Amino acid sequence: MSKQEFTLSIYTENHVGLINKIATMFTRRKISIHSLNTSPSEIDNIYRFTLVVIESAEVVQNLVKQIEKLVDVFKVFCNTNDEIIWQQMALYKVPTQTIMKDIKVERVLREFGAKAVVIREDYTIFEVTGQDDEINKFLNFLHNYNLKEFVKSARIAIIRANEGVHKKVIEMDANDPTKDPINNEFLSKKTMVFNY
Amino acid sequence: MNSAQTIVPKKVSANIQTNGSVAVIDALMSENVTTVFGYPGGAIMPIYDALYDYIDKINHILVRHEQGAIHAAQGFARSSGEVGVVFATSGPGATNLVTGLADAQIDSTPVVCITGQVFAHLLGTDAFQETDVINITSPVTKWNYQVTDANEISDVLAKAFYIAKSGRPGPVLIDITKNAQLQMFDYKGYSPCIHVRSYRPKPIVRETYIYEAAQLINSAKKPFVIFGQGVILGKAEQEFLDFLEKSGIPAAWTIMGMSAVPTDHPLCVGMLGMHGNLAPNYMTNQCDVLIAIGMRFDDRVTGRLDKYAKQAKVIHLDIDPAEIDKNVKTTVAVWGDCKETLPLLTKHIEKRTHKAWLEEFRKLNQKEQDKIITTELNPATDELTMGEVIKLLNELTNGEAITVTDVGQHQMVACRYSHQKNTRSNITSGGLGTMGFAIPAAIGAKFGAPHREVIAIMGDGGAQMNIQELGTIMQFKPNVKIVILNNQFLGMVRQWQELFHEKRYSFTDITSPDFVMLAQAYGINGKKVTQRSNLKDTLNEMLQSNESYLVEVMVGKQDNVFPMVPQGKGVAEIVLGVDEL
Ligand SMILES: Cc1ncc(C[n+]2csc(CCOP(=O)(O)OP(=O)(O)O)c2C)c(N)n1
Repeated sequence: MSKQEFTLSIYTENHVGLINKIATMFTRRKISIHSLNTSPSEIDNIYRFTLVVIESAEVVQNLVKQIEKLVDVFKVFCNTNDEIIWQQMALYKVPTQTIMKDIKVERVLREFGAKAVVIREDYTIFEVTGQDDEINKFLNFLHNYNLKEFVKSARIAIIRANEGVHKKVIEMDANDPTKDPINNEFLSKKTMVFNY
Repeated sequence: MNSAQTIVPKKVSANIQTNGSVAVIDALMSENVTTVFGYPGGAIMPIYDALYDYIDKINHILVRHEQGAIHAAQGFARSSGEVGVVFATSGPGATNLVTGLADAQIDSTPVVCITGQVFAHLLGTDAFQETDVINITSPVTKWNYQVTDANEISDVLAKAFYIAKSGRPGPVLIDITKNAQLQMFDYKGYSPCIHVRSYRPKPIVRETYIYEAAQLINSAKKPFVIFGQGVILGKAEQEFLDFLEKSGIPAAWTIMGMSAVPTDHPLCVGMLGMHGNLAPNYMTNQCDVLIAIGMRFDDRVTGRLDKYAKQAKVIHLDIDPAEIDKNVKTTVAVWGDCKETLPLLTKHIEKRTHKAWLEEFRKLNQKEQDKIITTELNPATDELTMGEVIKLLNELTNGEAITVTDVGQHQMVACRYSHQKNTRSNITSGGLGTMGFAIPAAIGAKFGAPHREVIAIMGDGGAQMNIQELGTIMQFKPNVKIVILNNQFLGMVRQWQELFHEKRYSFTDITSPDFVMLAQAYGINGKKVTQRSNLKDTLNEMLQSNESYLVEVMVGKQDNVFPMVPQGKGVAEIVLGVDEL
């Protein structure tokens, strides 16, 4: 099966050590994590991990189910790129001199949608928010201008279709074991377990 | 041993100032834990100190190695259906648990391990006997957690027991720092956990897929049931039997599912797997509907996946959604606890018999009987076989004993030939294949089922892993019978060397101590059998003894276990002997 990019959004309890438990799910299977971000979510005390892997759908499908088995994980969403809105941020440090000499800062900002976050006599820091190709294009461009430092953040993503897990978590939280668990609703719809 | 000086109430009353260790013991009593397997050390001393006041309530078995403790807890859990409990100290005490945790994890055994840990302020300082137990054990536990504050102890232990035994069971490890064990706090009492918000122990059953499964079964001409430990873990033996008898479908067990129904049930057609029976392996690729119940399609069961049951529609009943479609694609998945799904399925299926189809299994069984079983059980040569020992044990125990096996040829032989009339009679390390499992697991099994006969069967190799647990038998006197089938080789590995490595017997000839003398050194009676004429009497003497007893039987040095599905081959490529390889 062919490999492609998948973005996993994992909602978890805020427990020390969970990042390790999630990471070993990947390392154990020799799957490299291309990007990993942890952040709070829309719900108090519930964390959201965003991971990017390049794998076949079949492998990811099994992996998602294994991650969902972790006791402290609420829910894993797994999406292809067309199902999400995603962004990364990058910072670039260049000597102000080279930039000033050769190009008009203003033009660069406009062309690449970049923002100058710091302008000092000795260096300037640009920021670009966007997807890989935008970030890389600007990177390639700045290589010609004596780029001093570059850093790119992990991917963060919002899923187009669903409304987040808020409602679901509130229900799970209701501490009522007799209530129908929502995450089983999709079990009888095989394909939807994966993408919805 | 039961000489508690202090008379204590059954439970510590709530809302008193007490320390974390007392809260630990109170949690165990509230969970009705009667038996703990453990080994003390610096970082868990406060808990042992608290235990000292309760030794008339909690039977603590001092093992001789922490690996022994966890295998004993596994044996206890497997024979009783209750949670096995382990105490161990920090550092080496905790790391000695790792093999057992991995074993319990892969075989879904409910175990709660409580480990001591260095003072919280020393964490991360390379303090004496500090190891990062949480990170070491994460991949081999269902859940683990480190407690650094006594206020957390009750809730965390309640959660531990709940997680260990609910849903698909598994091992849980709770690491408690010494300061938390010593800390005085306002104890609020213990309440069991019934819900963890991020955890769904089992799927809710939906009639739609039950109905689809029933229709598929009703339309099948050659249906075949394969069942695993899920039936036993779900305590659904009766529900399974009802299903089987109404459906009339031939059924085979995995090594972990063995004894869920009596092995001599007319619908039972034997064991699956690499050294299972000919008929169930071969017929997996003949059936039209394969109904898998509480099993996980391990590679030792399926052989080569692309040659596994390709012609069949597959119905898979499992409590763990991650098992569905993991290895074998299903036509109908039945998510849920088989205790709930099986009765629903039984309701919707037609009462049928499959005489002609069952006859096909019988024919293949006869072929195996003629080519292998008859000579294995009634050898014409002077050399003793493992099979005849098992056959005699069947006769002498009437199939009522619990068989605990180690790992290797004897394990396969014992599982192939044991008669088991009752559930929870087959205790073996299935998924991990842990040599050294048998002696401690048998000790635990006996404490878990004191009224049953427990027979541990092992090879001369495995007997020497965890043999120190004879000391535990000496001190605590569980009546377990130990049978060593000595082929003077690491037999299973030697077999593979013979078959696949041109008989290059690289480090598989193993020498052994005088096992009988060794047993005697531990105060355990024993006898060695080298001749058939002594075998039955000796085994009888062992079983008649009201104490533990060890029998060492010298068996053929280079016997092989057949049939065999060679690695990398499909189940239908099962061979009956060297000549077919
Ligand atoms: C802890 C451990 N180490 C190594 C192995 C690999 N192994 C599997 S079977 C076997 C041979 C067992 O020999 P023995 O205990 O004498 O039993 P036999 O096969 O002869 O019945 C070995 C070494 C294992 N399963 N477990």
